[in-house]
Amino acid sequence: MRELFRRQPKFSPTAPGEETRSIPDDLWIKCPKCNELQYSKDAERNLYVCPRCGHHGRLSAVQRIETLVDEGSFVEYDAGLAQSDPLEFVANGEAYRAKAASASRKTHTNDALICGTASIAGRPVSLAVTEFGFMGASMGSVYGEKLVRAIERAIEGRLGLVTVSSSGGARMHESMFSLMQMAKTTAALAHLGDARLPHLSLLTDPCFGGVTASYATVADVIIAEPGAIIGFAGPRVIEQVTRQKLPEGFQTAEFLLEHGMIDLVVSRAQLPERIGTLLRHLAVHAEPTGAGTENSRPVEPAEALHD
Amino acid sequence: MTEQLSAWDRVQLARNAARPHALDYINELVKDFVELHGDRLFGDDHALVGGIGEFRGRTVIVLGHQKGANTRENIERNFGMPRPEGYRKALRLIRQAEKFNLPVLTFIDTPAADPGLGSEERGQANAIAENLIAMAAMRVPAIATVVGEGGSGGALAISIADRILMMENAIYAVASPEACATILWKDAAQAPAAAEILRITANDLHGFGIADEVIPEPVAAHLQPAATIQRAGDSIERHLRDIEQTIATMGVEAVVAARYAKYRGIGRWVDNGETILRNGAVNHSRNGAEHETPAQPTTTR
Repeated sequence: MRELFRRQPKFSPTAPGEETRSIPDDLWIKCPKCNELQYSKDAERNLYVCPRCGHHGRLSAVQRIETLVDEGSFVEYDAGLAQSDPLEFVANGEAYRAKAASASRKTHTNDALICGTASIAGRPVSLAVTEFGFMGASMGSVYGEKLVRAIERAIEGRLGLVTVSSSGGARMHESMFSLMQMAKTTAALAHLGDARLPHLSLLTDPCFGGVTASYATVADVIIAEPGAIIGFAGPRVIEQVTRQKLPEGFQTAEFLLEHGMIDLVVSRAQLPERIGTLLRHLAVHAEPTGAGTENSRPVEPAEALHD
Repeated sequence: MTEQLSAWDRVQLARNAARPHALDYINELVKDFVELHGDRLFGDDHALVGGIGEFRGRTVIVLGHQKGANTRENIERNFGMPRPEGYRKALRLIRQAEKFNLPVLTFIDTPAADPGLGSEERGQANAIAENLIAMAAMRVPAIATVVGEGGSGGALAISIADRILMMENAIYAVASPEACATILWKDAAQAPAAAEILRITANDLHGFGIADEVIPEPVAAHLQPAATIQRAGDSIERHLRDIEQTIATMGVEAVVAARYAKYRGIGRWVDNGETILRNGAVNHSRNGAEHETPAQPTTTR
């Protein structure tokens, strides 16, 4: 599985296989906030956080998993699930299927959510991570189904659930099927709660709409990365509706912390340790309630550690 | 009579100011209705009304989005767009329904949840999300009836129920046709085309298996409000009796389980199985042997 990631070109703006040696974009990454240039190898080492201003750059799902989980511990599930286009959605001469296929080629994934099992700081988890590059990580049927399966996997394996969400909201192309994924995913969390298993939700830049208004904010602990923009309605919509200029820092992670909407703001480098600590604290409640069967016994941390 | 209408015609009917709104349904159908106010945290929201009363022989908790019939009323009702305190009032009443073992009836009619600055500050997203999980797990029957405009998450937040009924000229959409048109064509004036594409009519949703029943409007609701409201009441009563019967024979657990199964089953996808992905690495979707993956294109509900 480690190979899976090794073969993925890291932070390359061009498609794999293309010759890019002459293009400096490949070597240098510019901070979108302070314009600081970082050598791409340094950027990777810095987890794509700007050393000058601390801006947390957006990550692909693969990069996110690499920076969060114990090396080599991730096993992907349900990667074959793809869109069925129930509305036969076509707009501007572009079919939803074509749009999704193009996003799939760009991101090397079938939809906007990647799910699997992994360990974080030695604690085994069921993990779900959004791929913002896939149609703004909008939530449709595949996203919802994969997330529910990840929740079911957590319940069956008595694992904590960690979700990492950056999304524009529900996917318009599946209309009501998308809206109903909000209900479906959140309903599944009720079962996770009944099983006394924790849900830790990490919100990353940007996260809006149907995702923040469903599973992503129904969590035992909600964490956000510094500076991440998070909300229900997008800033442009709010400005349009209210005809008001939004205050500085509105909808940032720090703003949400100040208003009591999230538990913690944690920098990227600290995430594995903090999440690991929380999982350890909450694991006391992850013991099976009755006489534990073979299948439902909690996984010992040592088993999940790789060599 | 209204069968040949376009999706955009239905949008116009669903939004017609003279159309019966939630309180019209409640006042006609719920005897001795007592409106209950406030979320006990911040304020009372006038866009989301709730209370207790008697519906055809049984006490029920009622919730509904309330639009105004004119501009003055609409300003008071925030055009039917609830703020977080509205959703938290709903949550308080859902808890009350569970405490006293009362069915919940909801009437859906909102363009959207309020997208204002204060709503963001007070956690609009979380207020909606908490209602979704509470209603999914509540141990009392619930019936949601979309009477006008079902606007996205703002509508969904009080519509998780054992049955979703829709008036024939009601709509239910992931985004308003205007918002959809803005995204697709950068032009809100293209809303009629967006309304067609989004498949938002009661008949569309019934076809998708999301709406359980379409309540006919032989004459548009605003032209015949009393008869329309009674027809809705008859449908609600029939479904409620059906659920009460299930509780009597199989217990409330069966109802809660069926409600979960209903939502768990919504979605359409295909499973490509062992797809070659990520530059040649074979994915491990089949390694989870204990997890059944549908072999054929899955069409659930």
